[in-house]
Amino acid sequence: MTRVLAPLVFAFACALRAAFAATAPDEMLADPALEARARALGKELRCLVCQNQSIDDSDAPLARDLRRIVRERLASGASEAEIKRFLVERYGEFVLLEPPFAPATWLLWAGPFLVAAAGAGLVLGFLRRRAAGAEEPAELDPEERRVLATLIAGESSERAP
Amino acid sequence: MSERTERPRGLARGWLYLLPVLLFAAVGVVLALGLERDARTLPSVLVDKPAPAFALPPLPGRDDRGFSRADLGGAVMLVNVFASWCVPCRIEHPVLEQLAREGVVVHAINYKDDPRDALSFLRTLGDPFTRVGVDREGRAAIDWGVYGVPETFVVDREGRIRYRHVGPLQPRDLERTIRPLLARLAP
Repeated sequence: MTRVLAPLVFAFACALRAAFAATAPDEMLADPALEARARALGKELRCLVCQNQSIDDSDAPLARDLRRIVRERLASGASEAEIKRFLVERYGEFVLLEPPFAPATWLLWAGPFLVAAAGAGLVLGFLRRRAAGAEEPAELDPEERRVLATLIAGESSERAP
Repeated sequence: MSERTERPRGLARGWLYLLPVLLFAAVGVVLALGLERDARTLPSVLVDKPAPAFALPPLPGRDDRGFSRADLGGAVMLVNVFASWCVPCRIEHPVLEQLAREGVVVHAINYKDDPRDALSFLRTLGDPFTRVGVDREGRAAIDWGVYGVPETFVVDREGRIRYRHVGPLQPRDLERTIRPLLARLAP
């Protein structure tokens, strides 16, 4: 019974959490479209106290203050980019959960692809070398041929006494 | 006999076997460096930038007229963000008092505090501050890029932020960073 119920309860709790996040009803903007923009923007901004949560998820007082600032500024007509700039000026690019694509971060963005490409290169090289090796085994020189012949002869004579 | 055909590739292969060891060493060095630094202490983007504009009302019952941007500059100053509810602030308080006794100007932003509590905090533990501004909403602190109390800033004679310390100032911070910096900024 618990085996069936536990995942259900867990899923329900997750859904509940996703529905409410940390944004309290009294913080919300009256205009649903603006509130939706505020929620979306809040998900992209890092809570500096809990650091791996967005301000939309965090219960920290600073996250609440930042949510309020986001809403005030959206309500007064600021764009998402302007609000991000406002916060980056104060807290640095660390406040953005998704780092911007800039010269300083291109390695970060390209990193996984570079590693995948290097891995693919290694595998291809290995496969090609193995295929090449399988096609043309080293030729035996006359000395090896002679030893081999003796061995085969000796073995067959032992087997058939 | 097979050695003869293998030998040219033997050297390259030996190097290949060393590769995991080298990779491991490289990762180890990176991780060891990572252990040394505290990931929770963020570098301030405001360092070497002018202090932000702000104007805070005074703490009622204390004899000053509040704390604003105009009070910064002219001399090297410290700006401390504190609250009476903040336990580490109590730990660092003697360090601030020590600096004030030595003649360093220390201003304060009282962060999200009940002014009565803040006043009794200063009456009980001592008051090292030249000016205290009350930031009940924490808005001025956000302009300073503050993300927790206590934080302490060193502001130079031109009103630029030169250093930000996160967490309580301890005697060793005073000796290692604050004093050398003050000596450099105000010879």
